[in-house]
Amino acid sequence: MSDPTNAAAPETAAPDMAGLTKRQLKRMKRFDNPWNNPKLIWGITLLMGIIALGIFGRIFWDTDLVFTGAVLPSQAPVGFENLRGQVGLASSPLGTDVAGKDLLALLIVGAPNSLYVGVLASLIGMSLGIFLGFTAGYTGGRVDDVIRVGSDVMITIPPLLILVVVQASFGDITLTMMSLLIAAFVWQSPTRLIRAQVLSMRESGYVQMARLSGASDRHIMFREMLPNLVPYLFGSFIANVTTSIVTAVGLEVLGLGPQRVPTLGRVIYDAIDSAALTRDMWWWWGFPTILLMVMFIGLLLINLGLDEVSNPRLRRL
Amino acid sequence: MENTFARYLFNRFFTLFLTVFIAATLIWIIPRLSPVNPIDAMLGRMASGGGTIENSGAIMEQLMERFGFNDPWYVQYWLYIRNTLTFDFGLSTSSFPTPVAQMIGDALPWTIGLMMVALIITFIIGNLLGALMVWEHTPRPWKAVIPAMMVFTSMPPILSGLLLMYIFSSTLPWFPLNGAYSIRVEPELSLSFIGSVIHHGVLPAMSIVVVTFGFWALGMRGLMITVQGEDYTVLAKAKGLKKRYILYKYMIRNAILPQITAFALKIGMLVAGQVLVERIFAYPGMGKLLYDAILTQDYPVIQGVSFVIILMTALAVFLVDLLYPLIDPRIRLGG
Repeated sequence: MSDPTNAAAPETAAPDMAGLTKRQLKRMKRFDNPWNNPKLIWGITLLMGIIALGIFGRIFWDTDLVFTGAVLPSQAPVGFENLRGQVGLASSPLGTDVAGKDLLALLIVGAPNSLYVGVLASLIGMSLGIFLGFTAGYTGGRVDDVIRVGSDVMITIPPLLILVVVQASFGDITLTMMSLLIAAFVWQSPTRLIRAQVLSMRESGYVQMARLSGASDRHIMFREMLPNLVPYLFGSFIANVTTSIVTAVGLEVLGLGPQRVPTLGRVIYDAIDSAALTRDMWWWWGFPTILLMVMFIGLLLINLGLDEVSNPRLRRL
Repeated sequence: MENTFARYLFNRFFTLFLTVFIAATLIWIIPRLSPVNPIDAMLGRMASGGGTIENSGAIMEQLMERFGFNDPWYVQYWLYIRNTLTFDFGLSTSSFPTPVAQMIGDALPWTIGLMMVALIITFIIGNLLGALMVWEHTPRPWKAVIPAMMVFTSMPPILSGLLLMYIFSSTLPWFPLNGAYSIRVEPELSLSFIGSVIHHGVLPAMSIVVVTFGFWALGMRGLMITVQGEDYTVLAKAKGLKKRYILYKYMIRNAILPQITAFALKIGMLVAGQVLVERIFAYPGMGKLLYDAILTQDYPVIQGVSFVIILMTALAVFLVDLLYPLIDPRIRLGG
């Protein structure tokens, strides 16, 4: 981890560092790898945890227990009692709902589903955003006007409400369909961001240079400009994953998500619908809520970490 | 200068108009792409509720005519746009024949009231905490606690709502579980009614505040960092002004401007998020209306509620766009 050029740095800068503690000085001497960022690593770890739950859960647990009547209904988790005083059974360690579905199996199947919707919707939205943002910023003129006004308009419309109308009219829907629908509402912010960046980059020296060297438009866009945008794109992508999951969970909690596949939002919907709060069945809504929180906190940490990676001024000693 | 401002105004107004128009059109097109005929759905519900229906063919024909489904699409579309823009959303199919506009009119005050209270509390708390994150005289424990509180920012208000319900309603019976006022008080302008409304509103409002204040705090933090290094702040310190006076009058005062623009955009997200909060708290606002309409497949209500909420969002954005040049003279001059 030590680096000869870096090791000399603290001495030359010593006069400015009077106020630093010993720990901070020690960290100064370490080779500064921006990717070795605790927030980023924690965030990725949390998300990997969700994915691992989905993968290993399927191997070690019977996911057929998500079906109605698969296990005894209304059982508390192991070590707790339900309102009838029955102690939780080891066969359903996280408890069961009133319809006899196993909570652990629901989480194993449901949690990766939420992540899947978020990532897919955000990927599609991102691709659309890159395409439209570059087109608008690079082409300018009428095309730019149309794209700009279009994204201004679409950014104001809350996706949830349009999706409510969609779902209410079409009834059951698959996870992928839901992701596609959500994607229709997450392209605006990357579009705006990329457009603004492309506009400023268009006049910069290296782009002018490339143009004078006879580089094609495509080369300039994807080889000269795009690499500069990567940090923004990552940040925007992660933020969109969060938005997409929030929208998806919102739909599911309104009872409008996919009906045939378990999702975390759907579990919460069932719990509220069957008055789990007054029946004191905290495990029913509690576990999916915790998993969603882990997911959101993980995404937030990744975003904060990425900010620090791409912007050294945010890093602290 | 007059010219640039007029152009700006025109642009904002055009965007507002286009937003409302596109939203209305989407809401009109989507159900028509569906394979399910709303009249079929309505008759199906009648049949399941009251056994067989005599001469259902005639009823169906009558309803098709009544709702205008026999007209060519452009006539239907024109009538729809005209009616929507005059807030005539037709009649509810689940509580026939109540006009949708009347149902929305009953629900809207609850939503707006709850939203405004939550928004104002959030704005104040969030900006204050954000400023405290940067201020050098903030007590140490606060400096450690505030960043940790930012974790809530990433969550949707349903999760905070569920947790708050569990803690302050199920476990500790401090606040009621649902509704907007107790069934034991008459809805009139009396002290006990107002008290009941506030008592019922605490948890829904809190669940929104908890997840949205971080947005303001983080924004304020960034702004405060720039203001902190400005010459006028240094001068104020050099003059020996009181620390708090500098914080409020020099730093926050100058940093708060961009937060006001964000205010409008946040209203949009808040309204949509609030739909869900109202659903879990059974709060009689737009969200509950929407949820009940989804349960009974009441298309006119679903469309009406969606449209009104989108309209509110668009109007909020528009109003702040208008107010912004008045607050910040640089925009007015710069064009």
